[in-house]
Amino acid sequence: MDSLTNYLLVSSILFSLGLYGVVTRRNGVAVLMSIELILNAANINFLAFARFGGMNMAGHVYALFVIALAAAEAAVALAIIINIFNNFNTINIDDVSELKQ
Amino acid sequence: MADIAFWVIVGITIGSALMVVQSKSLLYSAYALLFTFIGVTGLYVFLWADFLAVVQIVVYVGGILVLIIFGIMLTNKITSVNISHTSMQKSVGAIVVVCFIALLGYMILNTPWLVLPNAEPTDTTSAIGRLLLMDYLLPFEAVSLLLLGALIAATTLSRKEN
Repeated sequence: MDSLTNYLLVSSILFSLGLYGVVTRRNGVAVLMSIELILNAANINFLAFARFGGMNMAGHVYALFVIALAAAEAAVALAIIINIFNNFNTINIDDVSELKQ
Repeated sequence: MADIAFWVIVGITIGSALMVVQSKSLLYSAYALLFTFIGVTGLYVFLWADFLAVVQIVVYVGGILVLIIFGIMLTNKITSVNISHTSMQKSVGAIVVVCFIALLGYMILNTPWLVLPNAEPTDTTSAIGRLLLMDYLLPFEAVSLLLLGALIAATTLSRKEN
């Protein structure tokens, strides 16, 4: 269990599942959740390389930045999705191909 | 014992992530996302990142997940939204993603990673604080500005027009 490749494999599977969600889901909120999976996979990678690179703390700082960016992204994306729902009455992102009604 | 715990946590993480992208009900996806976040937190603990584990729980579970469930509740209320068909082109996507996993796995297993011998698990909080306020001060300020911008943008976007 205590090897770098295990963590990298787990995070690559998590990343791929997030990618699968982004390409197959049509619901805006579900796409947002898949993006969170991708960001978590990136964070696992950062921390794995930090730990197996001699406990290099720079990886932790970058993971902290990723978490902050994810919070900002989730807030703005949800505001956009709620706006889309109010204007188009759908959250199927395939139907929303125009900037205005 | 730690081995078993590690693989159980990996199983929880992967299994619930699979449910997030597969589940028909959006609310079930959100609940599965909770278990994914908790599993990832467990992996952080195995990686000796105690501060990041707490931040993950506080920000992801306490903030982002609550926000997402809030969004689902707000947008799901109208029954005209067709929720059952939430996925499309599943088989093509699955094939592409399995190939992608195979490619990444091949790359990971065949790369001679340089692993440095590391010391004991240390207390990370003070080191992170020192780095944030010395080496990474400019990115830190940039992130705080970004969060302020996101706060203003989210409230502006979601307020009622009148």
